[in-house]
Amino acid sequence: MAAAQAFALETRRLCMSFGALTVAENIDFRLAAGARHALIGPNGAGKTTFINMLTGRLAPSSGAVLLGGADITALAQSARVKRGLGRTFQINTLFRELSVLDNVALGVAERLGVAGRFWRAASAYREVRDEALALLGSLGLAADAGQRVLDLPYGKQRLVEIAIALGLKPSVLLLDEPAAGVPSLESARILEVLDRLPAEIAILIIEHDMELVFRFARRITVLVQGQVLCEGTPAEISADRRVREVYLGEGHG
Amino acid sequence: MFGDSGAAIGYGGSARLRPLEVLPWVLAAVVFFFAPNYLPLGAYILIMILFALSLELILGYGGIVTLGHAAYFGFGAYVAGILAVRVSGDPLLGLAAAALAAGLLGLATGAVILRTHALALLMLTLAITSIVFEIASQWTSVTGGSDGMHSVPILPILGSFKFDMFGKTAYLYCLLVLFLCWWLVRTIVHSPFGMALAGTRENDVRMHAIGAPVYRRQLIAYTISAALAGVAGALLTHTTQFVGLSVLTFELSGEVLVMLVLGGIRRIYGAFVGPVVFLVARDYLAKQSPEYWTLGIGLLLIFIVMFARGGILGLMDSLRRRLVRKVS
Amino acid sequence: MEAFFSSLVSILFHGLAFGAILYVISVGLSVTMGLMGFVNLAHGVFAMAGGYLMISAMQKLGLAWLPALLLACAAVALASMLLERLLYARLYGAGELEQVLFTIGLIFVAVALARLAYGTGPQSAPLPDYMKGQTELFGRTFPSYRVVVIASSAVLIAVLWIGLERTRWGAMVRAAVDNRAMAQSIGIDTGRLFTYTFALGSGLAALGGALGADLLAMTPTYPFEHLVYFLIVVAIGGLGTLRGPFVGALLIGIGDTACKYWMPQFGAFFVYAATMALLLWRPQGLLGRAH
Repeated sequence: MAAAQAFALETRRLCMSFGALTVAENIDFRLAAGARHALIGPNGAGKTTFINMLTGRLAPSSGAVLLGGADITALAQSARVKRGLGRTFQINTLFRELSVLDNVALGVAERLGVAGRFWRAASAYREVRDEALALLGSLGLAADAGQRVLDLPYGKQRLVEIAIALGLKPSVLLLDEPAAGVPSLESARILEVLDRLPAEIAILIIEHDMELVFRFARRITVLVQGQVLCEGTPAEISADRRVREVYLGEGHG
Repeated sequence: MFGDSGAAIGYGGSARLRPLEVLPWVLAAVVFFFAPNYLPLGAYILIMILFALSLELILGYGGIVTLGHAAYFGFGAYVAGILAVRVSGDPLLGLAAAALAAGLLGLATGAVILRTHALALLMLTLAITSIVFEIASQWTSVTGGSDGMHSVPILPILGSFKFDMFGKTAYLYCLLVLFLCWWLVRTIVHSPFGMALAGTRENDVRMHAIGAPVYRRQLIAYTISAALAGVAGALLTHTTQFVGLSVLTFELSGEVLVMLVLGGIRRIYGAFVGPVVFLVARDYLAKQSPEYWTLGIGLLLIFIVMFARGGILGLMDSLRRRLVRKVS
Repeated sequence: MEAFFSSLVSILFHGLAFGAILYVISVGLSVTMGLMGFVNLAHGVFAMAGGYLMISAMQKLGLAWLPALLLACAAVALASMLLERLLYARLYGAGELEQVLFTIGLIFVAVALARLAYGTGPQSAPLPDYMKGQTELFGRTFPSYRVVVIASSAVLIAVLWIGLERTRWGAMVRAAVDNRAMAQSIGIDTGRLFTYTFALGSGLAALGGALGADLLAMTPTYPFEHLVYFLIVVAIGGLGTLRGPFVGALLIGIGDTACKYWMPQFGAFFVYAATMALLLWRPQGLLGRAH
């Protein structure tokens, strides 16, 4: 029973307080396998805090996080990654002086368990390189593989950000504002990539760009002041009066 | 990856030995045959290259800013000296003991300081050096205190190669040890482990986010680095037959840092170029006026930080890139 | 028992004097490190400059002790503003390694200049008559010089603390230490704030160096020799506060004096060991903020 009904990612009554300040209150959240789910909410709603609790960077004050039905609340970040939880960062968090290929290869090597080896040269691990190159190819970055990542335009760096996460073959992928700061010319590329992400990965995307959200998401959760305001399909959410009040101000027709 | 005299490190590169990499050893041989008067200085340079190489591993590749690497160098030097005086002056035994001792010290201290960051970590590296210094300075019966240990009895290597007064044996001895250690460092740097280390330096947060055991890897690198520094210290004791407090000073940590930065941090060969340039220049210039030497080094350091972060090799690289652009 | 109590009072007194000097010198370091996030290893250079300039002012310009001291501090504060604008400011965003390298370079330059100008031996500043000899307090005699050090430091500290709590400048510093980006967004000119605060910190260091020239001798290697202690005071107290280094300086001042008196064969060993233990338990320092 448990395996069939377990969600890819789930939180139960997740709470976080810093002293007197509560940033997350009783968040019940479910991400189904293969989901395309968006988390939206005004600034300061606690979205990034939520993501940090999911990934293990932040320990919640109370509540539980479950990955594939298993309780991971006590697990460290790296352990959660090994179980298939991947994420991207809102601000590019890349290995700046390394090449695009190495950026992705580092993650692939970790997953394959060869990253700790020191006797053979990295370049001898063909399987790592080939997999990284293939991944870059699928994102249209194959030509940039040898470039230093900091020499790339911002939009392409954003793609590398996603590539690194994909190299871990996650079952759940948390995307923190993947299109943030990207000029509109380049963001089309990112949208394409998001559309073509493997169907079996459960994806949670935090975004402010409503166009992207409505195009991409099949379900949306609205977070306001650390609490879930409502959850539903894009149509339900856009019709919800409370959401309109929060986002668009009262009185907007 | 780029730099390193063109040697391509990384998953997309190649670990094969590039022709330019033979150059340092050729030069070393040239010095041996054609500049026999400079062999003592040459041996000292080789020792400093090894010391710089050890720092390169943890600072240039690991990204851990430490001002306390002299602690391991000095510890190795003293272990070698004390061993020679009290047990046996066999140099190979001394090397092994120094590597082991310094490595253990590195493991113990590293386990503790790698849990901290930035200022606290820097402070702790200074504190560790200070503690080792104080112990060496106060434990006069064992270490000779501020006088140090003179005329440390070093036996011939493998029973047959005596340390002659021209420094020939010393030079070749240091050269061979440096060669082996260089091979080790080069292998590590080219390996997935080395890449992961570079990743930790570049972006610690991301390394955690891809599931890497960051602390464990840093600790391993730190231990190896400490052991190598200890070997360098032992070489100094063996070749000069003397150990003194100068091997444990903050000044020495600062000097090797300057040498590394001068040559080019993050490049194995920066650890070669830096000490050679620094020590040869010091040999010529500092004799005239040590104050102007210190002044010059200070200004050079400021200059490098402001304008030439990649050191000498970095400058050569950007020069090469500019020439390539002109040609094409 | 009487002897023990007597030596205890003596240790406390001398430790207090030492701690007072450490504080006056290190407080600037703590504030600027907390404010600018800059690892300024060269802070001791300003203390050294204060001491040497005071000596020069007395010898070359014939000034009395107090005017010479004030002149030296003003000169160092002004010079530090120049340094800050021209050099330090370029490295605020740079990595820790660059900052460490730059400040080490600065130390080398300063040490070389000091050697060239003053020779390698220690220099001393002749004290005014009212500071030589002994003072009677509470039925015991203490060296007048150290009494003056403690008393003037206490006044200085009081002025500083009130200044930080009550003035607008103080409020801005506290805001910017707390959250630089936020402070900028509410209109605080952090550039100017940094420069003035840096000048104040360096001026205080110069004051501490000059005032304490008889406690921490003026030699060209001053910045190297005492660097570890200044950093320890700041690190164990916690960055960015006034009270942090106060606690740190008292602990180190009294602790170091006590250890060197009762266990001279161990030297400074316990100070370093205690620092290590404390930093491992609380890396942010006793009064610092956890990251």
